[in-house]
Amino acid sequence: MEQVAFVRKEIVKESPPPATEVGIVGWLRANLFSSVLNSVLTVLSVLGIAYALFQFVPWIVMSSWTANSLDECRQAIHLAYGEDVTGACWAVIRERYLQMLFGFYPQHLYWRPVLVFLLLFVGIAPILVPAVPSRLLWFSAIYPFLAYWLLWGGTLWLIISIIAGFVIGYVLMTELSKRIEMLGAMLTAVAGTLVWWLFLCGPAAALLHGVVPIGIEAVESARFGGFMLSTTIGVVGIGSSLPIGILLALGRKSDLLIIKAICVGFIEFIRGVPLITLLFVASTLLNIFMPPGTNFDLILRVVIMVTLFSSAYIAEVIRGGLAGLSRGQYEAADALGLDYWKSMRLIILPQALKISIPGIVSTFIGLFKDTTLVSIIGLLDPLGLTNAIRADAAWNGVIWELYCFVGLLFFVCCFAMSRYSMYLERRLQTGHR
Amino acid sequence: MTVTSTQPQQQFRLSMLLYDTRYRSMTIQVVALMGFMLLLAWLISNTAQNLAALGKGVDFGFLGEPASYDINQRLIEYTSRSSHLRASVVGLLNTFLVAALGCALATVVGVVVGVLRLSRNWIVARLMAIYIEAFRNVPVLLWIVFAMAIMIGTLPKPSDFRGDNATASMYLGDSVAFTNRGVYIPEPLFHNSLGDVQIFGAFAISLDFIAFIVVLGAGITGAIWLRRWADRVQEATGKRPTTWHYRLAAVIVPPLVVLFLLGFYLGNPELKGFNFRNGIHLRNSLIALWLALSFYTAATIAEIVRGGILAISKGQSEAAASLGLSLRMTMALVILPQALRVIIPPLISQYLNLTKNSSLAIAVGYMDVTGTLGGITLNQTGKELECILLLMLCYLAISLGISALMNWYNARVKLKER
Repeated sequence: MEQVAFVRKEIVKESPPPATEVGIVGWLRANLFSSVLNSVLTVLSVLGIAYALFQFVPWIVMSSWTANSLDECRQAIHLAYGEDVTGACWAVIRERYLQMLFGFYPQHLYWRPVLVFLLLFVGIAPILVPAVPSRLLWFSAIYPFLAYWLLWGGTLWLIISIIAGFVIGYVLMTELSKRIEMLGAMLTAVAGTLVWWLFLCGPAAALLHGVVPIGIEAVESARFGGFMLSTTIGVVGIGSSLPIGILLALGRKSDLLIIKAICVGFIEFIRGVPLITLLFVASTLLNIFMPPGTNFDLILRVVIMVTLFSSAYIAEVIRGGLAGLSRGQYEAADALGLDYWKSMRLIILPQALKISIPGIVSTFIGLFKDTTLVSIIGLLDPLGLTNAIRADAAWNGVIWELYCFVGLLFFVCCFAMSRYSMYLERRLQTGHR
Repeated sequence: MTVTSTQPQQQFRLSMLLYDTRYRSMTIQVVALMGFMLLLAWLISNTAQNLAALGKGVDFGFLGEPASYDINQRLIEYTSRSSHLRASVVGLLNTFLVAALGCALATVVGVVVGVLRLSRNWIVARLMAIYIEAFRNVPVLLWIVFAMAIMIGTLPKPSDFRGDNATASMYLGDSVAFTNRGVYIPEPLFHNSLGDVQIFGAFAISLDFIAFIVVLGAGITGAIWLRRWADRVQEATGKRPTTWHYRLAAVIVPPLVVLFLLGFYLGNPELKGFNFRNGIHLRNSLIALWLALSFYTAATIAEIVRGGILAISKGQSEAAASLGLSLRMTMALVILPQALRVIIPPLISQYLNLTKNSSLAIAVGYMDVTGTLGGITLNQTGKELECILLLMLCYLAISLGISALMNWYNARVKLKER
């Protein structure tokens, strides 16, 4: 009997996957119509998106860019697109966008805030981009003074004599520490610097300016406004709250009971009250707390309160960073025989700060958004300007255009920063822990 | 050979305060305390001098004086002849009102969005991502002011509801009206009301409301007791009695009976003259603040919920499946208890944030405690120091209360580790 055996010699070709599982159809089935509920949701979403687009796209496109008032805008739109068309009146943005950006800063000096803004990126580059040469840190150190001088203008000598305070402190410190004890030298240096700043700095600057006048046109704070003001308050707030926040975080983790109690009390108090109450303090009370006769302007007072506010939040972020380090790091620092400040400076803080950068960025985003609150105490930030423009007879009744513009500007800034902070978070996950 | 090692006689020297670790921490603390006290003394003496120069003293007597301003949205009786203290209490209650409403809506929206954000449906997940990013990256104050402007600018005037050719109409069987002055909704009324009860002779609380709440609470307690009973039966016999319909009935039926006995009916708002009468009038400011705060906070809550669900490892649901638990029981007994442990602490701090953000009410004229105590009362009496101090104390008390709640919860659900 002949045996019939079938032995396949070659491999069968793969049959293509079913058409419903690959390509666009497969993707649609997997992602949009995988079940009845999903299909319903998809259809509803598409209908919703279509409705929104049909509402908004004509409104955005059939608009008027050139008009001097809302009525003119509407007339122009009716003339161009028909009687029953309601389009956006972008003319208000066209007329006021410079004001929204710079407030009432003198037009011929717009280059100064722009330059300060651009230099900001140079200033923070050594912190954010590892490849930048560390010599640039010197620029970061000078940047705050440069920015202040460029924004407010006035004599350069004032800035120089303020920096001279630091130089005096440094010289006193290094010279005295060779002769007397460390702590005494430190106290003398701090006292010397304070005396210079409080009593000698102003007269010295005035004297030098009398001899060699170097300076640029001064701009008073009342003319600050718009996004420039928001950015200034936000950046100064975060910048100056960093050192305070670090000290508070260290104080909160310290073994010294009294110092710990003071730090915890401060942090919890600030975090327990809304920012607006602190801004009320800035606008009504801060002058009462200062020596009689002191009167400094509202923006400075706001910046002080905002700094205190954000330093409490920064302290909590950095405390998280400190808690994120393993105990071994602290013990290793002790084992090397480093004293407290050296171990913090050389071992603990560099690591803790590195892992808290994303948290600091999100604190900054929150603070930047919160700067809109200054409109409540009468400063002309973008929101305050929006209210002012809407109160203007010519633009009374404009709602969407202005808020969309302001909202979009905030969105772009905050979204970019939050993405950057996510990128940082990924980059900093280098496998520790 | 004996070695007598005598401890060298340690004499206390001043420098030991600095260089001896036994004393140094004490020195530093004393110096810090003195510095802190000096700072406080400096601030207080400055304040005293400045106040003396202004001819003001620190006293809280103004709280008893008549406030002589109106508060249009209020939960308790208040007239312009009432005292500043009462105005502050009205404001504080308004803060609680908008905070409670906001937390409720924000939780609902946040949980729904957070779950949908994880949906396998591409378009829905994207839409939710857009919502979250749009709300998280724009200041909440902008949303509040924007919502207010839209309500005033686009909703119809009450007069539009009038006449034969009215351009606007009420909804839900003529019971709800959206106008540019606010939203009018029906009010609960009772044919045989129990009347009010006075507390401290200052606040009147409706007895009908109390009766309703008490019965509802009793019903919920009964439902919980039923569930515990079912647990006990299950542990003893291995079979779980079906109780969900009894539990539902325990929660729903008694309140309905109470409402029926009290003769409950809804009083619809009616258009009389130029405005609506009767019904509950929710001002624009309340609605705008409530919606803006809720949707802003909901975006953050959605991210928290998403993070909480993602934090549960896949092994947990696989383990539950291998035990033979159904999908619903996996969710209820394995996933949710663990996810909630992750979700609830940040959720509570979002509630706290919402409450603090409700102080932005002042931007739209909603009379919360910032608007009354820190706003009009402050401006009328000129008592900045006292008003802001009291205002801060109010918020601080709320914050500390919520923190205490959170610590209690954290301690309760803390994993008992070896």
